[in-house]
Amino acid sequence: WASGAFTLPALRQALRATGVRSAVSATHVRHMKVLVGVKRVIDYAVKIRVKPDKSAVETANVKMSMNPFDEIAVEEAVRLKEQKVATEVVAVSVGPTASQEQLRTALAMGADRAVHVVTDEEMLPLNVAKVFAALVAKEQPSLVVLGKQAIDDDANQTGQMLAALLGWPQGAFASKLTVADGKLQVTREVDGGLETLGMSLPAIVTADLRLNEPRYATLPNIMKAKKKAIDKTTPKELGVTMKKHLTTLKVNEPPTRSAGIKVESIEQLMDKLKNEAKVI
Amino acid sequence: EDSAMLSSALRGRGGTLGRSLPRLFSSQPAGALNSLDIEHFASIIGGHNVVTDAQELEVYNTDWMRKYRGNSKVALRPGSTADVSAILMHCNERRIPVVPQGGNTGLVGGSVPVDDEVVVSLSRMNQVLSLDEHAGNLICQSGCVLESLQNYVWERGYTMPLDLGAKGSCQIGGNIATNAGGLRYLRYGSLHGTVLGLEVVLADGTVLDNLSALRKDNTGYDLKQLFIGSEGTLGIITACAMALPRAPKSIQLAYLGCDSYEAVLQTFASAKRDLGEVLSAIEFLDRESLELVAGHAEGFRDPLEHKCRHYMLVELSGSNEAHDVEKLEAFLEGVMDDGYVRDGTVASSADQSAHIWSIREGITEALSKSGRVYKYDVSIPLDQLYSLVEVMRDRLAPVGAEVSGFGHLGDGNLHLNIHTPGVFHKVDAVQDAIEPYVFEWIAERRGSISAEHGVGVMKPPFLHMSKSAGMIDMMRGIKKMLDPNGILNPHKVLPPLQAALNERAA
Repeated sequence: WASGAFTLPALRQALRATGVRSAVSATHVRHMKVLVGVKRVIDYAVKIRVKPDKSAVETANVKMSMNPFDEIAVEEAVRLKEQKVATEVVAVSVGPTASQEQLRTALAMGADRAVHVVTDEEMLPLNVAKVFAALVAKEQPSLVVLGKQAIDDDANQTGQMLAALLGWPQGAFASKLTVADGKLQVTREVDGGLETLGMSLPAIVTADLRLNEPRYATLPNIMKAKKKAIDKTTPKELGVTMKKHLTTLKVNEPPTRSAGIKVESIEQLMDKLKNEAKVI
Repeated sequence: EDSAMLSSALRGRGGTLGRSLPRLFSSQPAGALNSLDIEHFASIIGGHNVVTDAQELEVYNTDWMRKYRGNSKVALRPGSTADVSAILMHCNERRIPVVPQGGNTGLVGGSVPVDDEVVVSLSRMNQVLSLDEHAGNLICQSGCVLESLQNYVWERGYTMPLDLGAKGSCQIGGNIATNAGGLRYLRYGSLHGTVLGLEVVLADGTVLDNLSALRKDNTGYDLKQLFIGSEGTLGIITACAMALPRAPKSIQLAYLGCDSYEAVLQTFASAKRDLGEVLSAIEFLDRESLELVAGHAEGFRDPLEHKCRHYMLVELSGSNEAHDVEKLEAFLEGVMDDGYVRDGTVASSADQSAHIWSIREGITEALSKSGRVYKYDVSIPLDQLYSLVEVMRDRLAPVGAEVSGFGHLGDGNLHLNIHTPGVFHKVDAVQDAIEPYVFEWIAERRGSISAEHGVGVMKPPFLHMSKSAGMIDMMRGIKKMLDPNGILNPHKVLPPLQAALNERAA
């Protein structure tokens, strides 16, 4: 990557071919760096409005916050550090200039440093995954923790795509995480209940709601965070093109729910079911 | 037979207060309700809006704290100003006393009957009549729930000029009738300023239409001011016009922990100096209050790691997030460096904000769940605010009651709460240790015995401690003029004349 011209398939092949994984695993035990992704999204409590031209959701003058699942991811990473399992936590955000607010919050929660990949392009999951893959190559973390999905696009793709790009194991929808002897145990919430997976490091984990309850960033840490470094870069510098392979055609508000009505008799009920709701 | 039974049941007086109820102003005895009256009410508002079922009436007869219980046999639910006018006209002729009732969240027993007064509930009158989106003027009926109004106007870029813990149940008519203060008084001021107009039905049924939405109108005496804070004793508010502030674009909330009240005062002084124009709320609570919420509120989490003596909420509302965050950070650095603030946090999402506010707003409910509460709402000079809590704590320890204090620091308004953990009935020893001592303490410092909760049925005996005899006499004169038959919310607000004469003689 010094020459600035590597390709991801080549990287993956190289990592696989040279059996670097086992050597890297040993390193991961001694020096466990955790990369955490944070995304700037419209605050969860805000009532979403669609722009009059139906092209997108209104974001001007709207309260923005860290994606709630990313807060959980940051919290988990900081806890790993407090348990002396991780040695360094690096928060990463791909997004516009204002995303650095979210990085400051991550730093205030306990991340050691941050990387801001500045871009005004739309954050399509595949592109973000490619950016993360490039950063992984640079930072060499043992673990990447992402929120399971962002509450703006609800895509739930970035973590999985990143794992595929890197050829790393993945534990998505994690509700519990333990690290021991260079191995990861992830309990996942799946439709049928809980599934526990074991995998070696390095690995990707995506955080689900019940993984933990994120801490409040307290004042002494907020002040300390101001002194922590935020390194800036761009997708271009990392060799990634944010290709627009998806175009949003239209955004509509969900249809308004009409009021329920009370009916006076069975006959009226039958009539409405037949002629209005048209279900019989 | 029905009417005879009803009449005799209704004629029984004595109520449940256990003390005699002097008539206030009426020379005639209070009218006894009979079935003809009920039929008449039904003809005005419809039979289904006349509540006579004993179980349904429980709600109308009991206040939120379950401290006061009336004995009303009839609750009426009018749907329009015309309904209210017809009801009052009839009640005035028949000398039937009434209690206007909104959300029934009052804390001084002003919203429930003392005896068998007819309850007139404004709950059905909950329509927004108009919102002028350019001028920011809201016109609505008095039964609108405050939280519903807040949601409605917020979507349109405005905010209600008041906010209080009871917002999910309290109605704007009641807020106005009690001149409610609340959490954002510091920023938006009193209802005396934000209410532009009122529609009030007078005791004899006359509709006073002062429902203009003009910001400036100096044409004669400002009559609406009489009704704001009159607690339903001068007329029934049926609609209001209010000037709304614009919804702030940026809201920041800091939650701070201090080790002493002295530190709290210093932090407050710094906040006013460094954050002045964007401050929208400054609240404080002591550790005892926090522990109550921790013990009784579901989903409670202490945002801070350290246990502090006092906690403060400092909220900013402004038009530019970047500026306000910068101001807030500078302020926080200052108070931490100066050692006034031991620990704290800044809400990083609306979720965290809501949780922090729920701590402050949840104290009242936590107290109610914990035991019987003896609640006092006072204005005292800021530097002595917490001294009252400490004095009462010492005084009440021997009788097994606990004392906590919280409130609108920015307004010098302390909510002093004494409660008996696990004991839900009134304990005379506790009551006697509190009153009249607490009122005397406040009077000595020229404070107010009721900063914002009002007088209701709880405080008329102590009104003379905050208002002179001359002023109370003038209030009586106004009451006599507007309600000669004394049918509007009797036994509330003004102390009975005889008691006052005794007071003066003594």
